[in-house]
Amino acid sequence: MSKPDTSSPGECSPLSLFFEGAKDTFPLVVGAIPFGIIFGTLAGTAGLSFGATMGMSMFVFAGSSQFVAMSLLASGTVWPMIVLTTFVVNLRHMLYSATMIPFYKTLNPLWKMVLAFGLTDETFAVAVSRYNQKDGVQGKHYYNLGSMVFMYLNWNLCTFIGLTAGKAFPEISRWGLDFAMPATFIGIVIPYLISKPMWASVITAGIVSIIAGGLPHKLGLMVAALAGVMVGVVCEKVFPGKEERI
Amino acid sequence: MFGTEIQLYEIYMVAGMALVTFGIRYILFPISGRFTFPELFERGLRYVPPVVLTAIIVPSVLMPNGGALNLKLNNPYLIGALAACVIGGVFKNLLLTIVMSMVVFLGAQWVFAMG
Repeated sequence: MSKPDTSSPGECSPLSLFFEGAKDTFPLVVGAIPFGIIFGTLAGTAGLSFGATMGMSMFVFAGSSQFVAMSLLASGTVWPMIVLTTFVVNLRHMLYSATMIPFYKTLNPLWKMVLAFGLTDETFAVAVSRYNQKDGVQGKHYYNLGSMVFMYLNWNLCTFIGLTAGKAFPEISRWGLDFAMPATFIGIVIPYLISKPMWASVITAGIVSIIAGGLPHKLGLMVAALAGVMVGVVCEKVFPGKEERI
Repeated sequence: MFGTEIQLYEIYMVAGMALVTFGIRYILFPISGRFTFPELFERGLRYVPPVVLTAIIVPSVLMPNGGALNLKLNNPYLIGALAACVIGGVFKNLLLTIVMSMVVFLGAQWVFAMG
């Protein structure tokens, strides 16, 4: 995702790392634009107030759970149930933070809180591949922050655009722009597919996600993810060989 | 100006969603110093990014809009996803993959809508 670093280890300034993180997140920001606009557009029709819609994007900052909450609200679900569903839909982010523990270990609590708040699918994917580059660069949390800030500003701006300008194009949600999300995620997954265990884990996750798709509260996602991870680890034993890139 | 005023239950809902989401993303950091993960668990974590994203991609492509399984080639989401796989695999460029597969998807959707 990011170019190999040519400067000598430890020489990157915080600011240059910040902008490098933002730059590497640009494609994912492009992918998130239609998603955010549709969220803002649909929120009005779902009966969500302006304040609650912006509040979700500002304080929750978790796209897929915001969509789920909105559709539950439209079908008359009570708020405690929506909070519970949010918990299940976002449980995958605990796997993300578990991955980040070694990288955030030396940061102070405020940094950890800020970066944890912004641990979306996109920023996690971009940041983890930068952290895993063994180039000796220090201060990669600024790279992580740059990615997060760009995603955050874009997400909130797009929500706002959807809420306001979206009124002029109420049919925008039927254009199928939601395809931008799977398109973005496919682009993120492809570089990982370089070993047999990785292929096996991803194929397993795909199949299980369909079989378990009927489980309530989007629990199928967690079941599929855990199945994929287990198959990957088992396959490492079966196909011992080159080290994973990630 | 924007229609409805914010309601009390909406404040509870947004606050609750924000708390559980931040809690999920943060809780492991303050407690992580107190234990070490088994080596097998750490190895498993390396599969997390592609596996989680795949588990989001596949249902949204093969069961678009929460509908029934649609493996036919008249499913524009499937056409677009196949295009994304090919373009991503060949060019290894994220932005190109997203933009070109969107174009293929919208084109397929337009063609199928024409009948």
